[in-house]
Amino acid sequence: MSATLRDPAALPRLGWTLTALMLLWPLLQLADFRPAALFEPGNLAAMGHFLAGFLPLETSPDFLALLGRATVDTLAMATAGIALAVLLAVPLGVVLTRSLSVAAIGPGRGGWVGRLLRAAARVLLAVLRGVPELVWALLFVRVFGLGPAAGVLALGITYGGMLGKVYGEILESTDARPTRSLLEAGSGRLAALAYGLLPNAARELLSYTVYRWECAVRASVVMGFVGAGGLGQLMDQSMKMLNGGEAATILATFLVLVLAADGASEALRRRMA
Amino acid sequence: MSRRAGVSGGAVLAVGLLLAAVAGSFAWLDMPLAALFTAVAVEEAGGFVARFFPPDLSAGFLAKVAWAGLETLAISLLSTLLAALAGAVLALPAAGRHGLAGRHAARFALNLLRSVPELVWATLMVLAAGLGPFAGTLALALHTTGVLGRLFAEALENSPPTPAEALAGGGAPALVTFLYGTLPLVAPQWLAYALYRWEMNIRMAAILGFVGAGGLGALLYYSLSLFQEAQASTVIIAMLAMAVAVDGASAWLRRRAGA
Repeated sequence: MSATLRDPAALPRLGWTLTALMLLWPLLQLADFRPAALFEPGNLAAMGHFLAGFLPLETSPDFLALLGRATVDTLAMATAGIALAVLLAVPLGVVLTRSLSVAAIGPGRGGWVGRLLRAAARVLLAVLRGVPELVWALLFVRVFGLGPAAGVLALGITYGGMLGKVYGEILESTDARPTRSLLEAGSGRLAALAYGLLPNAARELLSYTVYRWECAVRASVVMGFVGAGGLGQLMDQSMKMLNGGEAATILATFLVLVLAADGASEALRRRMA
Repeated sequence: MSRRAGVSGGAVLAVGLLLAAVAGSFAWLDMPLAALFTAVAVEEAGGFVARFFPPDLSAGFLAKVAWAGLETLAISLLSTLLAALAGAVLALPAAGRHGLAGRHAARFALNLLRSVPELVWATLMVLAAGLGPFAGTLALALHTTGVLGRLFAEALENSPPTPAEALAGGGAPALVTFLYGTLPLVAPQWLAYALYRWEMNIRMAAILGFVGAGGLGALLYYSLSLFQEAQASTVIIAMLAMAVAVDGASAWLRRRAGA
């Protein structure tokens, strides 16, 4: 190949590819990557036996009643968790909003109290959402015992952290001029929030909250794996007893629930948009 | 009926339904909310929190945490890589490049992979591949394939078809058309999506250990089961640090790749 036709990016690309391949080897070792394990007779037998049990689905009335209860538990956990999260997120999100700062409009100095408060709120939100909800749930199960209470609190805390941050960002990116003129005319901060910011931001705030509810449904499905009630707990028990029929029914319920939450949230958000 | 300006009956109804749903949820769950705030409960919770401090920083345990952290990092990286490859393979038919039947079949497979949560995949994979990080890698890869495949397919559908058409019209074979006509257009976006999923997967990989799939989660589960809260708090700090580090690395890579 003549020099003019050579790809100028070839050498760096080759370098990056070689680096990546060299990094891949220790990764494979660390992750214990053995596809052959899937085909070991012991594992094949266990999985085959389990999968063979999938059909027929478990449909005894007793089990279905249990499943129904667990499904409602899961939905209630997600809803209650989001309610707690909103309670936590609204004040923190409002604190984060710079356009509601009265000190910012005056000619005087000051404003350091507000800055300190905002920094504190930001750190608090980061810690709340930084720890995954299942870790919170695992911790709360130790304090409050097995059951959905731990799941609700865990969802409330993690999602409170996420919602608070996003509420702050949405309010911050909303047109600040109505708020500013209200504040300059001497209105209080709450009135400025309600009449200056919310009319423009409400849709987006609501839409994001609904989206988070959908995520919460998915999260509460697995809360049971650490003992926080709902469908996950039922799944955990069936898996431990290697009851394929029950596991298949629960899996099907998972799918329906997640897809229904997906659909409901999308329909709600389209209506609001 | 007197109506205030701007407040429709529908909105009032919606708010009413919403409040009813929340109240109903709390009532159904029978949450002892009042009991949480009694003096005894607060004292107990305070004592529980106090046991997490100070974190266990002995050299032996730190080495264990570092090893588990490396394992978690490997799980997250490998699973994202596998998912990006499988997602790209499934995205082509899902974007309608191999006929309508292929499109529906691929979309169904992606939806199925995506709607089963990672943790459920992990319990299944522990059964299929035995306890350990390999099961976690497979579980994360399966779920992420569903997510990435759908995002990749959307990117494909939104990319302009003209360069590929020009190449195909010039007589280039299908593979060359894809590599030089389509891939350069979607690659930055695909990379951005994959990096974004990596950020989520490092968090998930840290948890998968709860069901026996290796990494930091297993360590956290053991230390909490043995009531060694000081060690648990070290593991939680390690999880937070790794999530922050991966966010940083991913942002840096995205900037470098111009995605």
